[in-house]
Amino acid sequence: MARRGAPPEVNAGSMADIAFLLLIFFLVTTTIETDAGLDRKLPPIEPPTENPPVIKQKNIFTVVVNKNNDLLVEDEPMELKNLRKAAVDFLDNGGGTGEKGEPCDYCQGAKSPESSDHPSKAVISLQNDRLTEYGTYIAVQNELVAAYNELRNREAQRLYGRDFTEMNATYLDPKTPDAAKDELKPKLERIQQMYPQKLSEAEPKSN
Amino acid sequence: MAKFTKKKKGDLPAVSTASLPDIVFMLLFFFMTVTTMKDSSLMIKNELPYADQVQKLDKKDRVIYIYAGKPSPRYQDKFGTAAKIQLNDKFADVSEVANYVLAERASKREELQNVLTTALKVDNETNMGLVSDIKQELRKINALKINYTTKNGTSFQNLK
Repeated sequence: MARRGAPPEVNAGSMADIAFLLLIFFLVTTTIETDAGLDRKLPPIEPPTENPPVIKQKNIFTVVVNKNNDLLVEDEPMELKNLRKAAVDFLDNGGGTGEKGEPCDYCQGAKSPESSDHPSKAVISLQNDRLTEYGTYIAVQNELVAAYNELRNREAQRLYGRDFTEMNATYLDPKTPDAAKDELKPKLERIQQMYPQKLSEAEPKSN
Repeated sequence: MAKFTKKKKGDLPAVSTASLPDIVFMLLFFFMTVTTMKDSSLMIKNELPYADQVQKLDKKDRVIYIYAGKPSPRYQDKFGTAAKIQLNDKFADVSEVANYVLAERASKREELQNVLTTALKVDNETNMGLVSDIKQELRKINALKINYTTKNGTSFQNLK
């Protein structure tokens, strides 16, 4: 009986070409993920109240950015590089008492009577012009968020030995198991309560 | 006496290309996994500002994108050089933002509709007036969670 020969091999020489075609297609139509940014929450529109809550002038840290991208902080011109330090000093001052009359026992600021009473009362007010550049606005936002993060990290390190930003990133990561999230949540809330982010933005001036 | 066979000239052995497909497939899979599909082509200049206090954006299906910036040179003779908003491949007016976000929200799955983030991808030379108008529109329809998409870098890079 005649032995049957092995089946002929399929020529795989053009496989590389096909793979290259696919590769080039994916290179052209896709982008490497770069999406990260500053998360902010907009205030809801509320009906105008007759008596807006009175906030003492010393508890407000005003930052104004004009159309030439210059900064005016507490009525003094300031460079962007000094803004973070100034905001930290203001928030961490703790010169008076909080909402329930308790002093700020974790503040390490100057305790000056001229500056904010308590981190829970301190408000940063940011106002910009309609002609301010978006890049400058983001830079200012970034510095102010950095000031909050710096203080929160300090307290988180003291209480839990970890950074607040790192804990928050773990909490927001969808891959974190629920048990770890439940453990992190009260810690995060406690830190957030110590330094609540009160960043108010006025509607830009039109001129 | 030993017999010498003279080698023929130019008889180089061919380099085997049998593993070339494997290498190319490896590259292909690498790019397929680390990249994401571009969903709209940009018609505007979109040089994002820098920031370092950033948080990673949520999964792609929970994000609504709004682009703004100057039209790119090829569209400038038609649309001018003033900063414009781009929604899904089209230039749009501020008044269209609300409807767009509501339509996008309605098209998502129900359990995602409450956790949506609006990502603002705005060119760093845009004036804040336009951005404030967008923010005001978003407030009107209660889309309060926003993200200013930025590049990684220190904020001082924004000031040239």
